[in-house]
Parts: sequence; C-alpha cells; structure tokens
Amino acid sequence: MSRSHRITLSGVDFIPDLSGALFAPDFSALLVADLHLEKGTSLARRGVHLPPYDTRESLLQLKAALEATRPRRLIFLGDSFHDLGARGRIDASDLALLRAITAAADTIWITGNHDPAPPQDLGGVIIGETALGPVSLRHQPKTLRAGEAEISGHLHPAAAIHARGRRIRCRCFIADGKRLIMPAFGSYTGALNVRSEAFEGLFGDFHVWMIGAKAVHRFPASQVR
Amino acid sequence: MSLPQRFLDWFSARGWAPRAHQLRVLDHAEARESVLLISPTGGGKTLAGFLPSLAEIAERGPGQGIHTLYVSPLKALAIDIARNLEAPIAEMKLPVTVETRTGDTPHSRRQRQRRNPPDILITTPEQVSLLVADPHAAHLLKGLRTVILDELHSMVTSKRGVLLSLALTRVQSHAPGAIRIGLSATVADPDALRAWLVPAGAKPAPLVLGTPGAKPDIRILSSVERVPWSGHSSLYAIPEVYGEIKRAKMTLVFVNTRSQAETVFQALWEANDDNLPIALHHGSLDVAQRRRVEAAMGQGKLRAVVCTSTLELGIDWGDVDLVVHVGAPKGSSRLLQRIGRSNHRLDLPSQALLVPSNRFEVLECTAALQAAEANAQDTEYPAAMKLDVLAQHILGRACAGPFHPDALFAEVASAWTYRKLTRAEFDQAVDYVATGGYALRAYERHAKLKPLASGTLRLAHPRLAMAYRLNMGTIVEDEMLKVRLAHAKRRPGKRVVAGGRVLGEVEEWFVSQLTIGQTFVFAGEVLRFEGLDEFGALATRSGDREPMVPSYQGGKFPLSTYLASRVRQMLADPAAWKRLPPQVRGWLSLQRLRSAVPQAGQMLVETFPRADKHYMVCYPFEGRLAHQTLGMLLTRRLERAGMQPLGFVASEYALAVWMVRDLPLAVSSGRISLGRLFDEDMMGDDLEAWMAESALMKRTFRNAAIIAGLIERRQAGKEKTARQMTVNTDLIYDVLRTHDPGHLLLRAAWDDAAEGLIDAHRLGAMLRRVKGQILHKALDAVSPLSVPILLDIGRESVYGEGHDALLAEAANALIDEAMRLV
Repeated sequence: MSRSHRITLSGVDFIPDLSGALFAPDFSALLVADLHLEKGTSLARRGVHLPPYDTRESLLQLKAALEATRPRRLIFLGDSFHDLGARGRIDASDLALLRAITAAADTIWITGNHDPAPPQDLGGVIIGETALGPVSLRHQPKTLRAGEAEISGHLHPAAAIHARGRRIRCRCFIADGKRLIMPAFGSYTGALNVRSEAFEGLFGDFHVWMIGAKAVHRFPASQVR
Repeated sequence: MSLPQRFLDWFSARGWAPRAHQLRVLDHAEARESVLLISPTGGGKTLAGFLPSLAEIAERGPGQGIHTLYVSPLKALAIDIARNLEAPIAEMKLPVTVETRTGDTPHSRRQRQRRNPPDILITTPEQVSLLVADPHAAHLLKGLRTVILDELHSMVTSKRGVLLSLALTRVQSHAPGAIRIGLSATVADPDALRAWLVPAGAKPAPLVLGTPGAKPDIRILSSVERVPWSGHSSLYAIPEVYGEIKRAKMTLVFVNTRSQAETVFQALWEANDDNLPIALHHGSLDVAQRRRVEAAMGQGKLRAVVCTSTLELGIDWGDVDLVVHVGAPKGSSRLLQRIGRSNHRLDLPSQALLVPSNRFEVLECTAALQAAEANAQDTEYPAAMKLDVLAQHILGRACAGPFHPDALFAEVASAWTYRKLTRAEFDQAVDYVATGGYALRAYERHAKLKPLASGTLRLAHPRLAMAYRLNMGTIVEDEMLKVRLAHAKRRPGKRVVAGGRVLGEVEEWFVSQLTIGQTFVFAGEVLRFEGLDEFGALATRSGDREPMVPSYQGGKFPLSTYLASRVRQMLADPAAWKRLPPQVRGWLSLQRLRSAVPQAGQMLVETFPRADKHYMVCYPFEGRLAHQTLGMLLTRRLERAGMQPLGFVASEYALAVWMVRDLPLAVSSGRISLGRLFDEDMMGDDLEAWMAESALMKRTFRNAAIIAGLIERRQAGKEKTARQMTVNTDLIYDVLRTHDPGHLLLRAAWDDAAEGLIDAHRLGAMLRRVKGQILHKALDAVSPLSVPILLDIGRESVYGEGHDALLAEAANALIDEAMRLV
C-alpha cells in the first residue's frame, strides 16, 4: 500500500487520506470539505432525477475514514450541504447514518456559501471559522496575515500530469508551506484544475497530492499540467 | 395499379418507361401491403417509392391532410428529395403539395403545417418522433396512407432506427390503414428488413428487387513504393493518388477517420504542383465550410474532395468519375456504398481504386475487392430493444397526452424491434421515466408521470414536454469544443493571443490531451495549441510540417466479421497469394518459412523473447475493439498465473502481450495451457469485473443517460449554466453501480458496451471458434507477421496499466532522478 504522506503547515503535520479527508494527528482531528450532501436530489423540482445515493456514498466514505483514524474531533469545512433545502430531502436512513457519525466525535460545521446556515439538529456546533493551533480553518481561502497558515476548501482542486503519453487527472490536495486546499469529499462534486484562474496567486511553490484509486501520489508544481 | 394516363405520358415524353420494380411497388401499394424495395442507387428507387402516392393524391385531390410521410436519415437528403419531386409534379401538373420539416424548419412554418398540412411531408426520423409527441398528432395523421422510409438499411442498424420503429407504432395507431414502403440498398439479410417493416408477428413485407447496376471496376493500387509494415497514413502512395486525381475529372477520396482526412489532404496539397482545386470535407469542419465545398462540387469547380463518411450517403454532388479509398474499407457493403458515389448511372461501371496503407491492409483490400466483385454484403443486422430509447419514447408518449400503460405496452411490443420486450421490463422503464426507478424512492413527490384514477398516466408538468423536445434524439455527440484561429501578438514579456474565426469543432477529450505549444493537424493545417478561453480552444498557424501530436484514434468501424473470415481464408491458401503484390507475397512466404501460416479455422499464437521481455502475439482478425477486450482479459489471467504481464497493444488484425516471465517455458512445462488461457470462460467474471471499471463503459453510460433523459444535453447558449448544473456522468455511474446495481440505465449501458465498444459478442464467438484450434509456435525471434503490431507499440496507447501504476511510476521516476542528482 501507499506510503503515508505528510503535509506540514506552520509546524503542524497533516496526513492526506485516500478518501479525500485530512487527518491531524496532533489534534486528533479529521477534516473534510465540500460534501455537497443531497446534490443528487437538488434538481428534482426541475424533473431531473439523478440517482439519490450521493449522500449515502459520501457518508459511508466518511464513516470508513472515521473508523480508520478514530479522531476526537470531526470538522466539516463548509458546503457540507448542497443547498438550504437539503435537510428536508435527506432520506431517513441517511439521516440516521449522519447522526451516528456526528455522535462519534466532537463535530464542528464551518459554514460555506452553499450552506450559510447548516441544519441545527444534526449534532455539533456551527461556526464561521475555527483553528487548529496556528492553522486557520475556513471555507474559502483568504489573503493570509503575516505568519498565518490556512486550510480551506471551496475550490474543489484537481490536478493532471502526463505519464507515458497519457494525461491523468485526479482530485488532489494542494499546498505550499502556508496554505492547503482540500479536495471536495462529496461523491457528486466536480473538480477544478489547479492551473485554472481561480487558483492564481494563492500558492507559491506548491505540491499536489493526487488521489488515485489505490493510493495518494505527490507531485511538484513543475509536473502539474 | 395501372398508372394514370398523364403519368404514362410523362414517362414517354422523356423516352422512359416505368420500370418493372416501380410497377410492382405500385401493385403492392394498391393492395394496401407494406413492401420493401431493394435497388442500387440510380435505379429510380425514390420515384418508385413516391409513384403510388402521387397517383393516389392526384386521384383523391389535394388539401385532405398528410397523405404521405417520407423519412430520410439525412436532412440534406430530405431537402434534395423535395426539390427533385418538384419537377415531375410541375410537369404532370399534379395537384400535390410537398413540404419539408426538419430541425431547421422555423416554428411559424410548423404551425402553418399543422393548420394546413401538405399532401407529402418530407422529414427525418427525429421529426417523426416529435410529430407523434404532439397533442395534435391524431388529427394530423388520421388521413395518412403511406410512410416511405428511404435508406432504410442505414437507419435500422442504430438507435435512431429503434426510436423510429417506436414512432411508427404510434403513427400506425393513428392511421391503422397506412402502409410502409421501405427503400434500401442491398443488404446481407433482407428478411430482417422485411420483418422490421411490419408489425411483429405479421407476414413479412414482400420484397421487390430493382435491376442490378453494372459491376464496379475496382483496382488495388500496386505501388512501386514500399508498402509500409504498419501505420495508417498511406503517405507512401500520395504521388500515385495525385496522378489518379489528375487523370480523372472529379475524384472522391474516402478515408475512415477525420485525422486521416486531415493527413491525406495535407499531403495531397503539398504534392499539388498543378494547383488543382482539392477540398476537404469531414464532420468536424464548420458547417458553412462544408456547404461551400458541397456547392463547389455541385458546380463542377473541384477536382477532388478528401472526405469521411460525411459524403457516403445521399445526394449527388456533381459528376464523380473516380472513388479512391485510402485505407482498408473495413466491410464489403461499406465499400460498395462508397464506390456507388461515382457514376450514378446504372449502365456504366463505377471506377474505384483501393489504397492499402500497410501490408495487412493489402490483404484486407484484396478480400474486400473479391467480396465486392461477388456483390457479397456484410451490413449489420437491425438493432433491437434499447431500454434507453424506450424510456425516451415513453416520455414522448406522455407529451402527446395521458396514456394507459397496458395500451402502450401492446403498441410498443408490436414493433419488430421490441417483440421480445417483457411486461416487467416495460414497467421498469415506465417507473424510470416517472421517478428515476430507484430502489430508494426519493422522487415520488416530483414524479414526471402522475397516475389518474382511470389507471392512465399523465405528464406532471408542461415544462417537461419542452425539455423532451430539446433533448430527444439518439445521436449523442462527443463533447465538442470550437477551435478558433488566433493571432499571436508580442507584448513585452508576454505572448498574447486573441481569438479569430472558427475553424471547426474538435472532441473535448482531444483538447484535454494537449498542452500549450503542442502542434496538431486540423482543418488541413498544422496548428499550435494556444490554450482555452470561454469560447473554446485557441490555435495559431504553425510553420511545422509535422504535427507533434498524432491524432489517429484507430478506425471508427471495426473490420467486418465477413471480411475477417475472407482474410483468414486468403492467408491460409497460398494459391490465393498470386493476387497479392510481390512484396506482400514475399512477406507471407517468409512467415511460412520462419513460423507458420495458420489454416483458415486456426488461430496462430506466436511466442518469442525480445530485449528482456517475453512476447505473445496472436492473430484473431476480429477488429481492434474485440482485441482490446481480449488483451484486458488475457493480461488479468496472465497476472493471476504469475507471468507478470507488462502491457499489450491491439490492432485490427492482431494482439501482442508482453510479460516478464517465460511463457513458452510455462507452456512446455505444463504450468499453463494455451487452450485454457484462451478459454471462453474469460467472458464471465473477468469480463464483468473489467467492464465495470472500464472508461469505455462510462462512455456508453453517458450516452444511455442522455438518451434516457437522465441528464440534459448541453444546449447552445445555455452551456455555462448547464455545465454548472450537471453532475459528471462518471461520478453518477460509480455511485449507481454501488448502490443500485440492477438499475435500468446500467443494463442499457451494459448492453450497448457488449455490442459496441467492448465488442464482447464478437470476442465470445471468436473464442468459441478457436477452441481446440490454437496453433502455437515458440520462436527464437520476431516473426514477419508480428512486425506490424510490434511497430505499433511505440505509436499506439499501451493498455494494461492502471492509472495508479502510471502515477506511481511517474512519482518514482522523479525520485530516481532526484537520487541521481545527489
């Protein structure tokens, strides 16, 4: 299996997981970003009936990541729900699964642009921003203050490399020494290439940790197309 | 039916007489029988189809609603037919109105056609579906007497034909007395078409045969140049092809793919010392550009057009007197169809020249020539029973008004294509249309079909009918990006490009492979990729002669089973080699000496060491798709047997797999049996496991999801919002497969893949064929027959490695590099 990678921000180590979650051993905290729960059912009103299993799939992945790391804290980095109506559409069995997940760790819901007011009946606390030691946690990346480090989501990063004449594109973590942006965790969320405009100016010399089918692979910026 | 006097007068005024097959079609129409007319192009086929209608309308008088619905696969053909009908109607002074209705027909004209319908409506398959989905369909079609289906052979093999067959069941319900006249080119199995034309279980439509045309005159280019071992560009033959163009008045140069068209066109242009007007025509070029080429052809201003199947069907654009086919034709019927584009006169033989682009293609061209001389057909069997198409039809039915499922099931099952549909499958499709058909009932409140007390179902909202009209149809294009010619401006420190005119469209996946600065061939030029903007891809003219990125993607059409067996027979019979050029004969003789030439029933498997790897090459001749699937399955097996396979490459004719371990040793020591290795049982679990993960499967799933209406097509002008709203179908596929493996769309995608991209049916048949017939040659070195496929290794994608292996390799290579620097 893969070597486990380590991403260090302001002296704090983070371990990128194959599921797209990020584990902070020093704080016993598991971070996930952009689940977009109930994205599948969000177009029902328009007569678009996407398979309504994205919530279940995302939650099962999250449950597995929790069982593998057994963290004290679980932190959602915003856009956990695709829209404000998501709570009303979620299936009863999926709801039970979500409650079991939040019951297993101290849960923090950071708000995002899709879920400025996440449901209040799911356990945990809701806040705009928080921090793990010197590392700020928020939904959207911000201009950093001197000495500040930050983990955010929102942009759904993906990276592509060329190998043997093939182009391979995967979701990824992207980070330099100060900033880390997490991949979207949700099973229906798309991804945006880290070479696109939205990422401009955010990173110095960065690396990406690409999420393959069986392992996470690290590449320097020079190899990312 | 005897023709009315004014028709007879019209014929004789032209020095013509009605042909026998035209009169026989007339007889069947008078007896109110559907009929199939098979006749070569130029035999008055279309007129044969229309004569009964013209005669009847002349008799009954005009203005009594639509009498005849004429359906053509091509919009351009429909318009051309309407124009061609004008002459006899005007000359005989017939009181008959003819109008067309295609995707381009403006709304106002459709409205008028509804209020004041023409006697003859000329249209396309999609328009028939739209017509029957209209709430006024019953009124519009109640007087319908005849449906004419032109180029039926080309429509029935695809989902378009399947959708048309369903629309026709609705037409039949509105106009029970209407008959169908099918017009077709020669096909391999006329009985299937005869059954297709009539309701399931009814007596097949009688067959009328037209007079056969003169036998075509086909040659194979016997080049003075060396015929390449492999590759597809045929560049070696360009000077000779150019010579042929110079001698002919007007030449059509057919190729199999867009990129071949680009390459050949570019090479001809460079050889064009006489500045002959030579043009390019393929489906990715801008429509306006294509229309200009067609118009110039019609006016006789061109000497040659390099084209793909875009010019294969339909209209005559000018006086073509030579057809050159560059690359192997892949099927006998396809070759005959393309050759038929020259000399549209029955009494003169069509002239054709085949240009094989490599040695195996010499064999294939020879087999195709012999097949064409024998007029042997290898057209595909009509497609049947597509669940995604059924779902689309059900929604269309609901758009026309409330329906009872029992009645619709009976109607659908009356189509030959759906004769094997079970009620359970039908109900599953209805459930899919209503609520998505998921085990998790998430959409009951937002169902598209709502039950009424009577047990009938009605459309939940008129908005859904609008969405149906925008999304219906079965042709799913690859996602395309516009390519614009950009102008580079030098600014201090930065290269700035600004977009200019549109050159055409290219597949999005192709652009996604390019990095800025790479060159590729498009629209007859070598272009430099400059990046993307919100409108698409930007490119500048490059001074390069050779593009950096080859875009050959293999043939779109696999080698037909029939031609494949002819090639195998030819190979097995040294007496038949006499017809082959000396170079190719020498190549085969050497193969016989060094290895073996298999008997027609046998499959040759060669093993040999090369560099530090062990190769296995087999020659099934079943087409690239089936070989790719075989390669995937064999590498899985070899992996399990501990042979450590490293990769494989597949061509139309052969498959090469290479591995770390010594395969012949494992065979001679009895550890591996080749018979077991190629056993048919690989079509079970291994195939399922691989298909489920395959990118090809995701592509077929996307097609099925669009046809079945799960996701909407990207609409022009709405592209940005659509992109934001839609979920990538790959993600949907993965989630659906995990949580609802029995879902209708997965089955639809699976069925398509097994027939199409994976070609599992053909592979299965081949494995059964070679059972106990494997001829193994353990060699010390490469055999002559294996050279072409080995040459492909550097050129084609190598399969067999997962993305993770490649990612790990790339990451490790970097580590190695870093270590060396230390």
